[in-house]
Amino acid sequence: MTVPGSKAPPKLVVEGLCKRYGATTALEPTQLSVPEGEFLTLLGPSGSGKTTLLQLVCGLVELSEGRVIIDGRDQSDTPVHQRDIGLVFQHYALFPHLTVAENIAFPLKMRGRSSAEIGKRVADALGMVHLGHLAERFPRELSGGQQQRVALARCFVYQPSIILMDEPLGALDKKLREHMQIEIKRLHRESGATIIYVTHDQEEALALSDRICLMNHARIEQLGTPQEIYERPRTAFAADFIGISNILRGTFVAADGERRLETSYGRFSLPAGAVASGEGGALVVRPESLRIDAGAQNRVEGRVKEIVYAGSETRLIATIGDSELMTLRLPAGEVVPTLGETIAIGWDRDKAVLVP
Amino acid sequence: MSAVATRSRAMPSWLRRPSPLWLAVPGFVFLAVFFAYPVAQLLSLSISPPEGGGFSLAAFQRIANTDVYLRVLGITFKIAGNTALWSLLIGYPLAYWLARMPEIFRGRMMLFVMVPFWTSYLVKTFAWMIVLGRSGVINNLMTGSGLGTQPLDLLHNEFGVMVGMVHAMVPLAVMTMLPVMIGIDRRLVQAAQTLGASPSRAFWQVYFKLSLPGVTAAGLLVFISSLGFFIVPAFLGGRRETMLAQLIITQVQELLNWPFAGALAAMMLASALIACWIYDRLFGISTISGGSAQEGKGRIRDIGLGVLQLLATASSHLADLSRRVIGKRGNRLVLPVFAWLVIGFLVLPTLLVIPLGFTSSQFLEFPPPGYSLQWFETYFSSPLWISATIRSFAVAAATAFLATCIGGFAALALAHSRTRWGGLIFAFFLAPMIVPRIVIAVGMFYLFARLGLVATDLGLVIGHTVLAIPFAMVTVSAILKTYDMRLDQAAATLGANRVRTLAYVTIPLVKGGLVAAFLFAFITSFDELTIAIFVSGGIKTTLPKQMWDDMILQLNPTLAAVSVVVFVIVTSLLLLAERFRRAS
Repeated sequence: MTVPGSKAPPKLVVEGLCKRYGATTALEPTQLSVPEGEFLTLLGPSGSGKTTLLQLVCGLVELSEGRVIIDGRDQSDTPVHQRDIGLVFQHYALFPHLTVAENIAFPLKMRGRSSAEIGKRVADALGMVHLGHLAERFPRELSGGQQQRVALARCFVYQPSIILMDEPLGALDKKLREHMQIEIKRLHRESGATIIYVTHDQEEALALSDRICLMNHARIEQLGTPQEIYERPRTAFAADFIGISNILRGTFVAADGERRLETSYGRFSLPAGAVASGEGGALVVRPESLRIDAGAQNRVEGRVKEIVYAGSETRLIATIGDSELMTLRLPAGEVVPTLGETIAIGWDRDKAVLVP
Repeated sequence: MSAVATRSRAMPSWLRRPSPLWLAVPGFVFLAVFFAYPVAQLLSLSISPPEGGGFSLAAFQRIANTDVYLRVLGITFKIAGNTALWSLLIGYPLAYWLARMPEIFRGRMMLFVMVPFWTSYLVKTFAWMIVLGRSGVINNLMTGSGLGTQPLDLLHNEFGVMVGMVHAMVPLAVMTMLPVMIGIDRRLVQAAQTLGASPSRAFWQVYFKLSLPGVTAAGLLVFISSLGFFIVPAFLGGRRETMLAQLIITQVQELLNWPFAGALAAMMLASALIACWIYDRLFGISTISGGSAQEGKGRIRDIGLGVLQLLATASSHLADLSRRVIGKRGNRLVLPVFAWLVIGFLVLPTLLVIPLGFTSSQFLEFPPPGYSLQWFETYFSSPLWISATIRSFAVAAATAFLATCIGGFAALALAHSRTRWGGLIFAFFLAPMIVPRIVIAVGMFYLFARLGLVATDLGLVIGHTVLAIPFAMVTVSAILKTYDMRLDQAAATLGANRVRTLAYVTIPLVKGGLVAAFLFAFITSFDELTIAIFVSGGIKTTLPKQMWDDMILQLNPTLAAVSVVVFVIVTSLLLLAERFRRAS
């Protein structure tokens, strides 16, 4: 594992953390350790437990079981306002009755800082997000992107131990969102803060994170660097949720002295070192690992159903068997087949990943 | 091409594309004639000398020179102010508790607030007389359980008046504050806490600050409504709690001194207007109709924020103290326990009347020594009561029909029009709700006397319609706000003209709201006493008027039976109206 700063003591440790509402479980008992300075993303579909985990860490929701340890101190019973945690809300939650400067000064005032210090730090924070000229405005007079930057400044200004962000860019349009991603990356680098970031947008997670914590059905599905999760998904869900995947399900059979996967489209060799346990599994192949190649070791026949030109590449969607669809990426310059043509789709066996 | 040109020349543009505001014209004219004109007339009357002609401040001089009137004015302000204060103190925690509840539960709980709000003042006051009287429920319990030997004086003093007034006004305060509180983003409080604010600081410096527009609007409405009270002080107060409206009634009914009654009414209206003006200076009047509060600047704002900070510190010490005394769990129970106590205070007294209607005793003892239907028999066999009941039903039905048409069209006009006068027109249609009823009633009596409408059913219908229009309009407006206007546009593109759009699309979709408006207007009229006292002329008596006359003479169990009848009718109509309103 290549976790940056993994030698540093963990900033946050979550032990057996669990939340139940009556019969429904919002978060199964969960373990998680976050080293100082890391940018960790909680990624998953809605209802996967990521926001619950976030709210348990900051104390807005009372935990059912487990412990939250921040900087080595058990904070499970500490009330929200004493946890020294920063939370950036999805819809910013700026106080409408306070000016931009007063919003940013709020956490410092609550901590009883001197007015001289407050003035200086508010000015610094405003400068950091390039909003010095809007200090005396009220939140409703700002655009969405500006409000978001005020929310970020209000959070960074008191240098909390951990900064939590709950889909902070969810309300912005695509262009602004990409711009703010860069901004957040810069703030993270400049401040060295430990950030836990919740999103359901996999591209955002890949772009920002040191590590991604993929969540599904109220528990952690896979935890790893973006590269690990993209290239070595451990489950079909992980493969499917991040990027485009072609997933071929089947049962294991023994043939030619090795174990292979028998599917309705053919019999395929498993990647080297794959542990084929149980009855069957699924092979995951990314579109960029597929090519048109009649001589490939693993191959299926497909009929070109759709051709999508995307500039740097051309995406082919082919039908295999009766209904299954496969997606291929052809780099620019390759010969593109015509619609309805039957092609041989092949891949090197080591480019595929076997998941249960 | 030429045909189109000819047609557009033949029809002027206001006819070809009539402004939706025309729909509000009937209501505008109606209110101008039967509301604005008589009130204005009353005001001018108060400055003309009794002999006629010229301009005189004699009536006002008499007020200023007579100690009694100044004292009554002072008492009226004091009682109205205290009522506003206590209604806010009691109503705020209840509204806060309701605002945090899930919507379905809140809707059910709101009925406990709505039912007392719509229950007739006469029934409510009657209930308190039974509860607080010398041999009433509380004194019976006290002496019976041995807690006290001497009965307490709870009635015919300031305490009695305040209990009755606050009981009547808490629902109004809650209903005004609740929408503002529901509109507050709860995450702001969470945000304040994650930023390091303790729960009490987060509450005072964020939540309470943001709920202030609702608090001040509720305070203003309660204060103005309280200025015109006469039922509660007449029955629950003593001589020293005589309020302005009681004086006006005496002047008109017993002394027939019109200019002086006019001067007193003018004074009441002026106080209401001054209260509105001060409110507007401080908070901006638009907050009443849900507009956003203007955020002040400069020193006043700093002082305000400073006060909130002090309150936060004080209450956080209080919370610490109570946590030490009753524990963390106990602390969490304080709010729900208080809320339920307030609901009990609102609902229970009226419910006490029900067993009394079935008493077998000749007196209003609680608990009743036995049960019988004799008082209902008395009621149903009395031609006086039955004719009053029938008149009340007929007048209420006619009123409800008129008010729903007028108010509904006005609401439609305002919803469709984009005129910048919209706020002003809305305020004009709402004005009969704000101007104290006694002022309207006296002015209307004067006008009706000249038109020969006194002691006619038509006079009653007109008077009640003036009062019911605001309720009907507010109800329909609320439904239209959620109505998707694009459906009308869709109907138009599909070939429906304006009338057909209204008939086949709009009205079927807002039907529930119209029925609710009808029922609210019906209850308004059915419950109405002030106009009835003046306009019925003693002959055409309505149910509330008959109750009032009986209560002045003597309390008797028939009143309890009538109260039960009124309570059951009003409550079932109200529940029905709520169902229709919700379904829409």
